Amino acid sequence: MFDTFLHWLESTAPAIAISESSWLFPGIESVHVVAIALVVGSISMVDLRLLDVNLRDRPVGELTAEVLPWTWASFGVAVCTGALMFSSNATHYWGTVPFRAKMLLLLLAGINMLVFHATTNKSVEVWGRQAHTPRAAKISGGISLGLWLGVVTFGRWIGFV
Amino acid sequence: MLDGFIHWLGDTRASMVIQKVFWIIPTVQIAHILAISVVLASMAMFDLRLLGLAGTRSSIATLSRRFMPWLWGALLVLAVSGSILIIGEPKRALGNVSFEIKMGLLATAIALTLSFQAILKRDLANGGADLAASHLGVARITGLLSLVLWVGIAVAGRLIAYSG
Repeated sequence: MFDTFLHWLESTAPAIAISESSWLFPGIESVHVVAIALVVGSISMVDLRLLDVNLRDRPVGELTAEVLPWTWASFGVAVCTGALMFSSNATHYWGTVPFRAKMLLLLLAGINMLVFHATTNKSVEVWGRQAHTPRAAKISGGISLGLWLGVVTFGRWIGFV
Repeated sequence: MLDGFIHWLGDTRASMVIQKVFWIIPTVQIAHILAISVVLASMAMFDLRLLGLAGTRSSIATLSRRFMPWLWGALLVLAVSGSILIIGEPKRALGNVSFEIKMGLLATAIALTLSFQAILKRDLANGGADLAASHLGVARITGLLSLVLWVGIAVAGRLIAYSG
């Protein structure tokens, strides 16, 4: 059933265009890399603040309001370009370990973010103005940084298998 | 001459080691990509501020002090990791048109950044609290150019894998 979906995906017009063109895939991949770099770089700024490493003079709420819209915009571009690349060879990618690992880590990063928003971040107005962050915030920031490092690692690895 | 250098580099002991140990190139590439993330995100935030599109709560001088150390630190990591990649696979980069474009864009981006930092430094030395108002036009042009250059560098870098 899922195999049928993957085959259908590969038969769509954009997927065929990408797999038949010599420059579409590299072009889309370049945009994907730039988008991922912006996602990881901007999330790291927030994570390092949560970890109490840098930007101690900036209230956390202010920093996230400033940075995260750009993170989400870049993430949107990364998802679209990633989906296009995936569609061009869906059955192959789905069968690889690094692709599955990357998707799992993305899922975990999403869950980590949701947990942070539902708990620690609720009182950000209180602790976010202080230079030193509470332990729960440090844990969320550390997990996020580690997961995104893994996303980049497995993402690059997809190209080697 | 370049061919001779590529052959010589590829035959060095360092190159042999990088080629033989299977995980060195992927690992160094990942470090390279992470450093590019630092550069792109830092410069995007700084350039958007120069364009007046983001971070306007902080002064240009403040953001410069915040992001420039990350830029230079990450560029150092990029130079080292990039050199390891070239030593391991000299033929892949040297003489590759994408690599040449990337280095040209990189030199331009560094020159642009240093020039702008010099202007900012002079304005601050003259007793200003931030970039002089008369230089806001320069800031906008710098921000736009810089944004295009850094994105171009990342794109050209990825395309090294595809062009000859």
